Amino acid sequence: MMRIGLLSLLCMVCMTATAQIDTTLLRRKPKDTTGMLMNMDAVYSRPFLSVGKLPVALGGYLEANWQHLGTDGITEGHQFQMKRMTLFVASGIARRLKFLSELEFEDGTKEINIEFAALDMEFHPLLNLRGGIIMNPIGAFNQNHDGPKWEFVDRPTSAVALLPATYSNVGFGVYGKQYSKDWVVAYEAYLSNGFDDRIIDNNTGRTSLPATKLNKNRFEESFNGMPLATVKGAIKHRKIAEVGVSYMGGVYNKFENDGMLLDARRRADVFAIDANSTLPVTNTFINAEWAWIQVDVPPTYSQQYGKRQQGGFVDIVQPVYSKPLLGFEQSVVNIACRLEYVDWNVGTFDQTGGNIADHFMSIVPAISWRPGSQTVIRINYRYNLQTDLLGNPASRTAGLQAGFSSYF
Amino acid sequence: MKRIFTYFLILAFGVVAVVSCKKMQPAAPADESILDGPVEGLTSAQKIMFLRGDVAFNDEIFTAETGLGPLFVATSCGSCHAGDGKGHPFSTLTRFGQSDNTGNNFLAHGAPQLQSRALPGFEPEQIPAGATFSKFTPPANTGMGFLEAVTDADIMAMADPTDADGDGISGVVNWVNIKSYITLTGDYITNNGKCIGRFGKKSGAHNLLQQTASAYNQDMGITSLYEPYDTYTGQEIDPEVSNQTLLDVVFYLQTLKAPIQRNPNNADVIKGKELFLQADCGKCHQPTLKTGYSTIAPLANKTFHPYTDLLLHDMGTALDDGYTEGNATTAEWRTPALWGLGLSKNSQGGAYFLLHDGRAHSIEEAILLHGGEATGSRSKYAALPETDKKKLLTFLESL
Repeated sequence: MMRIGLLSLLCMVCMTATAQIDTTLLRRKPKDTTGMLMNMDAVYSRPFLSVGKLPVALGGYLEANWQHLGTDGITEGHQFQMKRMTLFVASGIARRLKFLSELEFEDGTKEINIEFAALDMEFHPLLNLRGGIIMNPIGAFNQNHDGPKWEFVDRPTSAVALLPATYSNVGFGVYGKQYSKDWVVAYEAYLSNGFDDRIIDNNTGRTSLPATKLNKNRFEESFNGMPLATVKGAIKHRKIAEVGVSYMGGVYNKFENDGMLLDARRRADVFAIDANSTLPVTNTFINAEWAWIQVDVPPTYSQQYGKRQQGGFVDIVQPVYSKPLLGFEQSVVNIACRLEYVDWNVGTFDQTGGNIADHFMSIVPAISWRPGSQTVIRINYRYNLQTDLLGNPASRTAGLQAGFSSYF
Repeated sequence: MKRIFTYFLILAFGVVAVVSCKKMQPAAPADESILDGPVEGLTSAQKIMFLRGDVAFNDEIFTAETGLGPLFVATSCGSCHAGDGKGHPFSTLTRFGQSDNTGNNFLAHGAPQLQSRALPGFEPEQIPAGATFSKFTPPANTGMGFLEAVTDADIMAMADPTDADGDGISGVVNWVNIKSYITLTGDYITNNGKCIGRFGKKSGAHNLLQQTASAYNQDMGITSLYEPYDTYTGQEIDPEVSNQTLLDVVFYLQTLKAPIQRNPNNADVIKGKELFLQADCGKCHQPTLKTGYSTIAPLANKTFHPYTDLLLHDMGTALDDGYTEGNATTAEWRTPALWGLGLSKNSQGGAYFLLHDGRAHSIEEAILLHGGEATGSRSKYAALPETDKKKLLTFLESL
């Protein structure tokens, strides 16, 4: 009996395997053509692949690149990097009940993170409940960060070194959208576990929200028992632009432990504005984001940890050749340019009244080729200027980067 | 055919980009325009040690988890010595509690160094009532291995404690207690069980090991096997930096190159140097010294040009803060080396902060604040025609 059971199981496995080879059974989720998708929809607007009538859809993307950068005459030579591979699993559990998870492997297997794993329950288009590991919707990049969507090898500096890129946390919240002709208005609001005191106690030597990503315990427990609030509102006109305004903030320090008061409650607050638009005549895509951060740094701490920070980026992408190329029918060649600026310490020295520097700026001209909408091959020239805290002559970094990113 | 041509075009573009990518990168700054970099002639093993020290000095930022504080002045070595140059008032430290050679009466109150910053939840130190104090701007680090390798005999030969030659200048040695972890090497000279101090504003440290271990402890609150006492509790605690790391940093400091003079053949620079010597500035700011034996071959038996005599001089009442260390009087300061002076602005945020506490905002202001034994030189400078003053300043900026 047991043999028959094993044989049956083997047959089923073989049949399944045969079926998977038959690519006609694989279905791509249809691409949205309404032009009404927003940054908040990015998590589900991906090219998922489903099999037959299975309620589970799979997807993912990978990014790899080569670069040769030099700083003030010193180079680390040719670097080949597997930046990340991400796997998505989405499931329509029932009508108006869905689940999505996003598992990311960064720098090979150096970092493995569950970036997103949430259950969505729709009560009304204006009232959806989301819970699990959510991605705090601060700015646009945190929501819409998939590599194949960008013409640049590196993520924006303001998104990774000012804001915590792909910052996710355990929490619950609501979101909703309202359509009216060409307009769509949306909101999101979450409470989640929050920051920790790595913001001002980290080995970058500056106030750093991204340093809080090192706290792996945040998926298990809150550092200080205080929730982090994240709220975003966005409005979009199908033919004009999308504009988003977001806020994320909460107490970051351990002000109390075992019933004993240790310190005052110290807050970190982030405000961000993002906008994107495609100019109708030239088809030029413009995408920009700017963030302001305020952190309550104890007055007895070092001034190298800034109380205020700001920064952002603007990407300009111009399609220049939209014809079949090298046998790829949907081919598009773009030229693009990114401008970036980050000031990690907005303020003046108590001792001299002089400006505290610690800022960064860069320009990244780029050429990208999209053999299809889900794959991008890109070549960037990066030129950075980084100034230290005191405003001494800036160090200059520049060089070429080339790589690809593709959904699969 | 067209497709093949396109393939080749892309391939050719790629090859050209890869081959020429280095040409698209920023060039290295001229060696004489920066202070960091090793002395020439290090062995491969020494270069590896230098690089380890470089990382520990410039990149390692301490946190509460890695031992910072809880009371401190800075979170890393590099935050006080940007580019290995002079520091900024932001990282100026304060010493307090000693007003004569009988010792520091405020050791129980946290002296000699004020821990002006603290981790959240802790309160930084305050200067106790009745304690005199002085502010010290961090010095440049470069060329210190050469200064360390000057023999005691050569330093003693420059001293003139009784002003026997009657020139009004009487350099004296600061005799300091020998730390238990210091092994005196070479032809050292002692005086009543004390050795020659040659580092620090008051020559309070005998060598770079003492200076470094003390800076880890006093500036960052990092204990080591050498300086095991926590600055907050006063108790001996586990080392928070390894001996290897600390010794790597010492080696890094020993083997940082000496600053290279810019435009030494410029006529104004040459004339300025003549005027500098004519004004007797060189009697304290000795242009040339030589090293003795050193276990680091590139430092051994070398002639170099630091513009210091490593001795204490009375600088007059204007620079007398009422605070001192060792046997130095409150008005006495160790002659600072002038090499690298012209590059100070590149590590001080684009402005000059000169003299021991950064009070002088130009080289000329620093000269005019000299008093005591330097009164004669200051007067000679002040009497120079403007064109000659400019030449003298051009010379100093070339160092």
